[in-house]
Amino acid sequence: MAKVVFKVGDDVSTDIIYPGRFMATVLPTETPQFAFIDYPEFNAKVKNKEFPPQSIIVAGKNFGCGSSREQAASCLKGPDFVVVARNFSRIFLQNAINLGLKMVICPTIEANEGDELEFSADLVINKNSGKSFAIEALPKARQVIIDAGGLIPFTRKLLLDTKSRRGI
Amino acid sequence: MGMTMVEKILAKATNQAAVKAGDVLEPMVDMAMSHENGALVINQFSEIYKDTGLDAKVWDPDKIAIIFDHRVPAESSKTAGNQKKIRDFVAKQGIAKFHDIRGDSGGICHQILPEFGYILPGKVVVGTDSHTTSHGALGAFSFGIGATEMAAVWALGRVLNVEVPGTIKVVCQGKFKRHVAPKDLILHLVGKLTAEGANFKVIEFHGQTIEQMSTSGRLVICNMTVEAGATAGIVPPDGETIRYLQEEAGVKDKLDIIAPDPDAVYDQVITINVSKLEPQIACPHTVDNVKPIKDVAGIKINQIVIGSCTNGRLDDLAIAAKILKGKKVARQTRMLIFPASTRIYLQALKKGYITTFMEAGAVVMNSGCGPCLGIHQGALADGDVALATTNRNFKGRMGNPNAEVYLCSPAVAAASAISGVITDPRKGGK
Repeated sequence: MAKVVFKVGDDVSTDIIYPGRFMATVLPTETPQFAFIDYPEFNAKVKNKEFPPQSIIVAGKNFGCGSSREQAASCLKGPDFVVVARNFSRIFLQNAINLGLKMVICPTIEANEGDELEFSADLVINKNSGKSFAIEALPKARQVIIDAGGLIPFTRKLLLDTKSRRGI
Repeated sequence: MGMTMVEKILAKATNQAAVKAGDVLEPMVDMAMSHENGALVINQFSEIYKDTGLDAKVWDPDKIAIIFDHRVPAESSKTAGNQKKIRDFVAKQGIAKFHDIRGDSGGICHQILPEFGYILPGKVVVGTDSHTTSHGALGAFSFGIGATEMAAVWALGRVLNVEVPGTIKVVCQGKFKRHVAPKDLILHLVGKLTAEGANFKVIEFHGQTIEQMSTSGRLVICNMTVEAGATAGIVPPDGETIRYLQEEAGVKDKLDIIAPDPDAVYDQVITINVSKLEPQIACPHTVDNVKPIKDVAGIKINQIVIGSCTNGRLDDLAIAAKILKGKKVARQTRMLIFPASTRIYLQALKKGYITTFMEAGAVVMNSGCGPCLGIHQGALADGDVALATTNRNFKGRMGNPNAEVYLCSPAVAAASAISGVITDPRKGGK
């Protein structure tokens, strides 16, 4: 069980999550300081590490639309947020899977800041409203990457397996 | 069962007779493009190889292109450092398709790739930029990916676990009215589909309007398919594609001209009659907030921008020059013009467009992404309103969350520069 610490609406673009003016910062260890920086109150709490791991961001539809910038996923992965959205934009979804950011697709989610959410295999349960909402599975094709803990370990293993098969 | 354009391309890229939407494949990549975010790709590429004892060499340096465009020349020492890191990597790996900050071969990645013949029909193209959808204009399956995904491509030469996307067929009929352009068509379509209407899907363009459209116009419509969430936009290659590649891009290779099957299966078919289309404006703060120009005409504009991977090509500059010839940019309005590549800049110079722009009071900047994504050049003040031929109007996009950005065609931008307010080019400025 974890708490909703931030709620945003539909079509939240990567320019809102991680504005272009900070794109010269690329390293995943350095990006969280700029997460949602145009929302100063939330950003200050991220910077001060006030949120416990697995804190929840709730969003509407098309979260992460726009640019392919991976900083938008890495800045949320650093503080270990879970993003629960009605759905995600394609490139953001793939970047998040590749980096191991936790996402839950929940097409009917209703929750407010401060609500406690609990996750089962196929449901999000809002402990405050008592309502539960169906979870939609992440793309099956990408499950192997999620299971491997992200695309870097997955690709590393592929390369090493190829090497051992060739007996180099 | 027939195949769509993208199904055909992916069948070929995976050596299969047929594939269908929903299949999971690992297509080989023909072109892998990055810009300054190559610095992050390099970081992730090194991470993949860390402690493996393997030699961190890219799979094929001839199939990688890196183009500096987002921050040219560097706006900060940090960016300069990223660019330096990329230059060192490019030299070490032997990547020849590298476009540094130069006046003879620079520009925006989505203009450089077609212009230099790096994109061929039927190929699989990936880029660490969402507007990689542009290159579907030449009949390639071209889509945006993130930096870590690109690092895996550099290592393996293929994209892992790609689900073959379903396709929306868009059939366009009729002729554009005067001062109505491909930009108005794509804004209209994004408004109709909404920002998520084509998420995980391909938009395949057909019809008489598309057949008669130049490659430049096709680049505009494919470029902005991502604003409806599309994985890719694509135009079946034809005589115009061959002309562009041979005459303008200097391509000598044999071209693979494929067409979708007549019985291809589409998720949806949309028909648009462009002869009824008015100039369209995308209003703040989403690209799908599209209105006909009459609904927003008269709004005061502080900054006009012509340029970007969407509308910074020679025909865009030509129409703007025609409208601005002998006129002045309104006193309270700034006008910035960014030719999409240095080749286009030189052509515009020879045709006298640059003189026209400067005499009108516009500032002509170097080729690059410019203020489109708010990194440097042309940032907005609090309360400023911009009208731009770029592709995004998200809150904060042009460097300030307390400003507004409207999107339009080059003709609308030029006419509005003269009057200082959003102006229908068919009615003219002051």
